[in-house]
Amino acid sequence: MTRQRLLPNVYFTYLPSEKFKTGCLSAQLVAPLRRETAGLNALLVNVLSRGTAEYPDMAALSRRLDMLYGAGLEPTVRKRGEAQLFGFVASFVDERFLPEGERLLEPVADLLGEMFCHPATRNGRLDWDYVRSERENLADFIRADVNDKDSYAALRLIEEMCAGEPYGVRRMGRAEDVEKISPQRLDRHYRKVLGEARLELFYCGSARLERVRGALERAFAALPRKGPETDIPTVYREAPAEPRTVVEERDVGQGKLCVGFRAGSRDVPALRLVNALFGGTDNSKLFRNVRERLSLCYYADSTYHRRKGLLTAAAGIDPEQFQPALDEIMAQLEAVRRGDWEDWELESARNILRSGLRVMEDSARAMEDFCLGQAAVGGHETPAEIARSLEAVTRERIMDAAASVRPDTVYFLRGRGEDR
Amino acid sequence: MRELAYPRLGEQVWRERLPNGLEVIVVRKPYHAKRCAFLAVNYGGMDVRAAAEGGPVPAGAAHYLEHKMFDTEDGNMFQEMSTAGAAPNAFTSENMTAYHFECTDRFYEHLERLLRFVSVPWFPQESVDRERGIIAQEIRMTEDDPDWRAYQQLMACLYGPDHPAALPVAGTEDSIRAITPEVLHRCHRAFYVPANMALVCVGDVEPERAADIARSVLPPEGGTALRREWESPPGLLPVRREARLEMEVSMPMFLAGFRCPAGLAGEALLRRSIVGDLACDALFGESSPLYHRLYAAGLINSSLGGGFDQLPGASQLYVGGDARDPERVLGEITAEARRLGEEGIPEDFFDQLRRADYGGMLRTLDSFGSIAENMAEGYFEGYDYYRFPEVFDTVTKADVEAFLRENVTPERAAVSLVLPETGGQRDKED
Repeated sequence: MTRQRLLPNVYFTYLPSEKFKTGCLSAQLVAPLRRETAGLNALLVNVLSRGTAEYPDMAALSRRLDMLYGAGLEPTVRKRGEAQLFGFVASFVDERFLPEGERLLEPVADLLGEMFCHPATRNGRLDWDYVRSERENLADFIRADVNDKDSYAALRLIEEMCAGEPYGVRRMGRAEDVEKISPQRLDRHYRKVLGEARLELFYCGSARLERVRGALERAFAALPRKGPETDIPTVYREAPAEPRTVVEERDVGQGKLCVGFRAGSRDVPALRLVNALFGGTDNSKLFRNVRERLSLCYYADSTYHRRKGLLTAAAGIDPEQFQPALDEIMAQLEAVRRGDWEDWELESARNILRSGLRVMEDSARAMEDFCLGQAAVGGHETPAEIARSLEAVTRERIMDAAASVRPDTVYFLRGRGEDR
Repeated sequence: MRELAYPRLGEQVWRERLPNGLEVIVVRKPYHAKRCAFLAVNYGGMDVRAAAEGGPVPAGAAHYLEHKMFDTEDGNMFQEMSTAGAAPNAFTSENMTAYHFECTDRFYEHLERLLRFVSVPWFPQESVDRERGIIAQEIRMTEDDPDWRAYQQLMACLYGPDHPAALPVAGTEDSIRAITPEVLHRCHRAFYVPANMALVCVGDVEPERAADIARSVLPPEGGTALRREWESPPGLLPVRREARLEMEVSMPMFLAGFRCPAGLAGEALLRRSIVGDLACDALFGESSPLYHRLYAAGLINSSLGGGFDQLPGASQLYVGGDARDPERVLGEITAEARRLGEEGIPEDFFDQLRRADYGGMLRTLDSFGSIAENMAEGYFEGYDYYRFPEVFDTVTKADVEAFLRENVTPERAAVSLVLPETGGQRDKED
């Protein structure tokens, strides 16, 4: 795996592999996650996905993709740490499995470049009709967050807990902000972000480095480059002395309990293990106790937000079981702090993390997400290096890291009129 | 074992039917670190009427059984396998229950464990009772999911609420109350027999070694394969045209279904599924004229999608998404199906769809999970999934046009609506 600078503020990660049937080529702009720009960036990707100068509408564009053996060109908007990544991920059949002499890499790279550099325009500006229709679609899409109650609860916790911090901004911004974006405003934003934001490119597949480089350099030759290269730092805060509780009522049959913690420690390998022991695996303390021992829920798990130094725990419970479930979540974290685990638990946690890292290398798409997610916030470890860093973690480091994990916000989503 | 080469896919497969009837399939992927095993039972949520002895079982029995299989006299195998570095899991669908794991090291050890816990039942009363709370929460979670509710409501319209295909796989909070250790034992005895199962391994796996482990762990008696026999409502007409419910969604959602003839087997089933998928893409896929027209008019957004399903005794083409005016969208879809059926699909558009669909099928071959599931499903239905390139070659434009003309008609249609609440509930203030 190599990462190299192709142009000013343009970086290219190359991952050669013969084992996939599908090649992956990705181009992502990277910008700080901010409330003012989150919706603009998300809308921009959706508008760009409507067409290019050569393939000016969905019909022409999808026809082009079909002819490239059903190549996928997925618009993506991701939040990684306090950075927003937005662009397109192309996936296409590896040429080894196509009729003789068919080439896909160059036409797919060209199309990817066009998506950014030569969008469909009218009178020299992003097509107004596209902006208006995608604005409405995006606002609808953001409002639909409420449809999936598990992920809605998870995102509301982060929004409450990190209010005022970039991490509290939703991945796609807010519906009410998006609705106010005028076509002129988006067009100005497009020109600015295209010139100034860092561009991260990624390829995984069987083609040689020189060929991919050549294809990308040609495809992005028209990319304007101005402005300095800047990093996107992460803001770390401490948990309050007393955790805050937020209760929201919605039309749900199952209560969704989410607890947010802040980790004071910056010992990332140790915190990965804290999370794996606590609730990060299907064999963790939360799963075995909240679900298997107490039968309080179908799922109880935790997530380590390593790029922000947070842990979150979540369980879907009978609303009447709020307090017992919360107490048990806290008790299990306390057990990790005390070093109260058996050897097999730690062995299992390490094994699961290790094999997760190895398995990631069997998916081009997972590696794309891993590599560009890291690149966005300035990390450049390989999965193998991360795996090695876990081996060196001692019991004391885990306990120290766990001791630094303090509750910040308890969020509970319950049915209407179910009080206390 | 038989070695089969699939040069068009760049894949190699080893297969053998063991004397007890278990089919062992090994798909070799020598350059991957990941290895996976998938033990499938031809028995799922729809098979409530098929219990060999003692009559029908409550809805949700197959799924309940899947939850409890991981328990053994020596402890919980889910935890044991995780501890040893595998990622085990299981699922129950309408017509299949599958237990699988993914790992990088100690594959054969994990495989032995998997085969052992699935073949040896252990259902103490106390543990079966404790599971009820967990499954009840799983059911409530799905009941809060509008997509799931739309699907259940549609199936009830198409086939009637008591038809096996319309039963929720996990059952209901009510139905699972009647599930006892005795019910689980009966289901296990009847269906978890080698003749009714298939083992698929994917990755850098030695075929003979995997087959040897299966031979030594599973019982020598094969039992009998499940036969599914039930009547579906006659005439391919839906039982009910429309149903609606209200829940907290941001926008109206619709899911329309068109009943199609069921009952195919073997390669004809695979061929029909390719025809059905092409029909979906021609009708409302992202490259279709209809999709572009409705999208440009703001009648749909990118959530519009659908597919073609074939279950034992039930088959339907379905399409749905968010739409402010679902009736209008549905009308446009049936009108377009009629137009395509009568006027035909343009030659170049059909070629484009063929390429895209074929490429799409090739691209799924990087997912070990979907390979294993497709192979097992193919075996149970009597075809070899990896022959899809050859089958694909036989599909013509006329097949797809006839499919649309015959099936996507207003008479065959039912629609399920999930609408935002109108009750005017006020947020409660404390």
